[in-house]
Amino acid sequence: MDEPELDRRLTAIWSTPAGVWGTLSTVDHKTIGRRYIVTAFIFLALGGMLALAMRLQLSQPEARFIGPDRYNQIFTMHGTNMMFLFAVPVMEAVAVYLVPLMVGTRNIAFPRLNAFSYWIYLAGGMLLWIAFAVDAGPDAGWFAYVPLSGPEYAAGKRADIWAQMITFTEVSALAVAVEIVVTVFKQRAPGMSLDRIPLFVWSMLVTSFLVILAMPAIMIASTALILDRLVGTHFFNPAEGGDVLLWQHLFWFFGHPEVYIIFLPAVGMVSTIVATFTRRPVFGYLAMVMALIATGVLAFGLWVHHMFVAGLPRLGESFFTASSMVIAIPAGLQIFCWLATMWAGRPVFKTPFLFVIGFVVIFVIGGLTGVMVASVPFDTQVHDTYFVVAHFHYVLVGGAVFPLLGAIYYWFPKMTGRMMSETLGRWIFSLIFTGFNLTFFPMHILGLQGMPRRIYTYQPEMPWSGVNMFISLSAVILAAGFLLFFIDVIRSAKSGSAAPANPWGASTLEWATASPPPSYNFGRLPVVGSLEPLSDNPETLPVATGLSVNRRELVVTSLVEALPQARESSPGNSIWPLWSALATTAMLIWSIFTPWAVVWGSIPVAITLVGWFWPKGVPEDDS
Amino acid sequence: MKTWRILLLSILALVSACSGNQSALDPGGAAAIHIEHLIIGVVAVCTAIWILVMIVLGWALLRDHSQESGRSGERQLTLTVTAGLGATVLIITGLTIASFYTTRSIGLPENASLTIVVKGQQWWWQVIYADPDPAFSFQTANEIHIPVGQDVRIQLESADVVHSFWVPNLAGKQDLVPGRSNSIVLRAERPGVYRGQCAEFCGMQHSHMAMMIIAEEPALYQRWLAAQRSDGVKATNPEASAGMAAFLSKPCAACHTVRGTPASGTTGPDLTHVGSRQTIAAGLFETSRGSLAAWIADPQTLKPGNNMPMVPLTSAELRDISAYMESLK
Repeated sequence: MDEPELDRRLTAIWSTPAGVWGTLSTVDHKTIGRRYIVTAFIFLALGGMLALAMRLQLSQPEARFIGPDRYNQIFTMHGTNMMFLFAVPVMEAVAVYLVPLMVGTRNIAFPRLNAFSYWIYLAGGMLLWIAFAVDAGPDAGWFAYVPLSGPEYAAGKRADIWAQMITFTEVSALAVAVEIVVTVFKQRAPGMSLDRIPLFVWSMLVTSFLVILAMPAIMIASTALILDRLVGTHFFNPAEGGDVLLWQHLFWFFGHPEVYIIFLPAVGMVSTIVATFTRRPVFGYLAMVMALIATGVLAFGLWVHHMFVAGLPRLGESFFTASSMVIAIPAGLQIFCWLATMWAGRPVFKTPFLFVIGFVVIFVIGGLTGVMVASVPFDTQVHDTYFVVAHFHYVLVGGAVFPLLGAIYYWFPKMTGRMMSETLGRWIFSLIFTGFNLTFFPMHILGLQGMPRRIYTYQPEMPWSGVNMFISLSAVILAAGFLLFFIDVIRSAKSGSAAPANPWGASTLEWATASPPPSYNFGRLPVVGSLEPLSDNPETLPVATGLSVNRRELVVTSLVEALPQARESSPGNSIWPLWSALATTAMLIWSIFTPWAVVWGSIPVAITLVGWFWPKGVPEDDS
Repeated sequence: MKTWRILLLSILALVSACSGNQSALDPGGAAAIHIEHLIIGVVAVCTAIWILVMIVLGWALLRDHSQESGRSGERQLTLTVTAGLGATVLIITGLTIASFYTTRSIGLPENASLTIVVKGQQWWWQVIYADPDPAFSFQTANEIHIPVGQDVRIQLESADVVHSFWVPNLAGKQDLVPGRSNSIVLRAERPGVYRGQCAEFCGMQHSHMAMMIIAEEPALYQRWLAAQRSDGVKATNPEASAGMAAFLSKPCAACHTVRGTPASGTTGPDLTHVGSRQTIAAGLFETSRGSLAAWIADPQTLKPGNNMPMVPLTSAELRDISAYMESLK
């Protein structure tokens, strides 16, 4: 079969029908991934506006721009939005788009679940923002400590909305994590043995395991909170034998790995970009993989450092000091490996690489302040102050958002077939880098000067007003950088210059197909013979044949060696994941008002699931 | 090497330059002094590490990349990365030991000479000086007097949500957790007024939950103690007597206590000696007749969401009650 004929037949079975129906029923991982990324960036923009509102209020003492009630909603929304609606989803979204391409398969595992998880995420995000718009936004902090978020001190539905939004995010994140684990373990291109998996894919694999292991803790916590509020249980009520600290343990047992759920994908992005822009593989592949896994394991051993001042036994705290310090070792190893790669390679200073350099400068500071807050006595002074605000913005923005922006520049041509502007890219990088440091570095000083977090105002006699004004003005520079970034994305998507097939000279599989990729990803599945398949012989990548061209099929490979094992059919487009997501949404929102919603609401969910899984038969196989 | 030191020194100078009335780097208490040493040491080490990494980063990026490194280069890289990893392990171990050492030196002493119970409330601090003899026990609010040079155990409890007791100049912070009792030891090395503030988000007025720790020479402290143990001073002028009558006839007395009068409410702060305290409304205003009047007239505008309702008063009642409050020295 020649190429045009193959393209025609594969397009016929893999493509998404045009029109609204096609949009709503598609299960193409690329469409869903793009949609996911765009949605997450919209939440980033909204969260950024909240940050600017807070900076306006804090720019001078006793300001009256925003009252305490609204301010508390704003900082709660900012944290919740950035963690649950931006950072985690955007990393999973990039993975939904890239992982199947990077491992050389035609679609993600469980494509309909993938569609479902996007709809659920969108519904959870909208629930939160609509609540905020009608002045019912949660106001007990993104960490929602009891009893402040409990039935006695948080009247109304604000805390219920927060807890239920968590459930939406859990369902969505868990679904994607399972899809990625299965895609990586069972759908890799023939020959892509464990030691030939691209580092980004490794990072997403470890991240997915973190999601699967950490999310249940917050699921238990938020369910117990809802039960306390709605049913009258007393999980967190000390007067009835409950325990306030139980919430904190469950929350941070999830909440600390959460940081690595956001950071590890960024590590993968950095490795990819460093390899491409230094023109050589990342130094110490095995060490990098080991560091990823070590970070993943250690991530579960240090949640207590969020509770050093809660009054836990000193010996336990010492253990968690040590384990929090130890995680600096794999982080340091990764930094050293990247530096070694830059040393030995031939650096090309394009925008994605600039963001990686910015990442190293900023993240090292965030990591070092992380070592500081890991120490109990140090932490008792800076905990819950602006020092911590500075620390985790250095880690999360420096450690994850900078790599992410680099990744957008890097993979934009893959996703759209167009390049983003290199000139604007340099401006954007400079504005964001400068604005970020001017905004967040002074917060370390504010913290040491005794300014607590989460205060809506401060008195003029406190020595904080000058620094606060400076920070607020700097935030405008940062915001301008992001505004320019959004402008460049929209402009480039419409009228950017056409991208060549492999614009950066990269060596991973996603560049082995057209940009943007056809609906079936690869006409003939690649066979991988090394860690850098495209560097070996980009023109003549060996290909595997034998998959049906009459129905959706994938090749299933073995776990370690990625030897072909079976042909597996992949589900086609379906509207049922959307109906199912709507039914689930109705049930979850309804249950904010009555526990009976769980009983009656499960009936429509069951109906839509039956529709989803109803056997429809598959076309005959001709080969 | 020279620029290296200049940079390090200037950053240290920048950080230590920040002193204010709530700065962890301006310690006046034993624990805060130990922690300040740790902070300065750790920040210096970390700053040095950061500068070193930046030098390597710049070097790696900007060096002449034309000469090929080859196989021997890879070997050298492996050695360098391994050395870096070894150095990281050593430094991390050193910092961990320094941290443990500091923890030990600020550990709770077995025998503090004085215990004060502090109870966190939305949004003020209830301070209880308990004495085996109930006649000597008394309560105050938002202001804690301690003798200089003695270990004072502060027993921390919460009446509602999680708060955090934090006086940065004297010690680190410690949470007040409902259903639990935590402790922190304060030992002021020099007399002074130290400002503290709630550090754990506790709701609407978390921003306005400050307190004053007044560390004074033991003799002065004893004098203060004697004054506090006495009942509220009797009204001495007609305005204050009228104020007292109004205070007792209005809802004020349902929430507040003034010892020596029938007012014995326990919801709000004990007002027995309110006129002698430096601030009212948890550090929001200096105590004066004007601020007392403003507060009584409209607490909800001054501190929205707090638990004191606005009580309708005539202007004469308002004037008299604030005069009475001011007289409660």
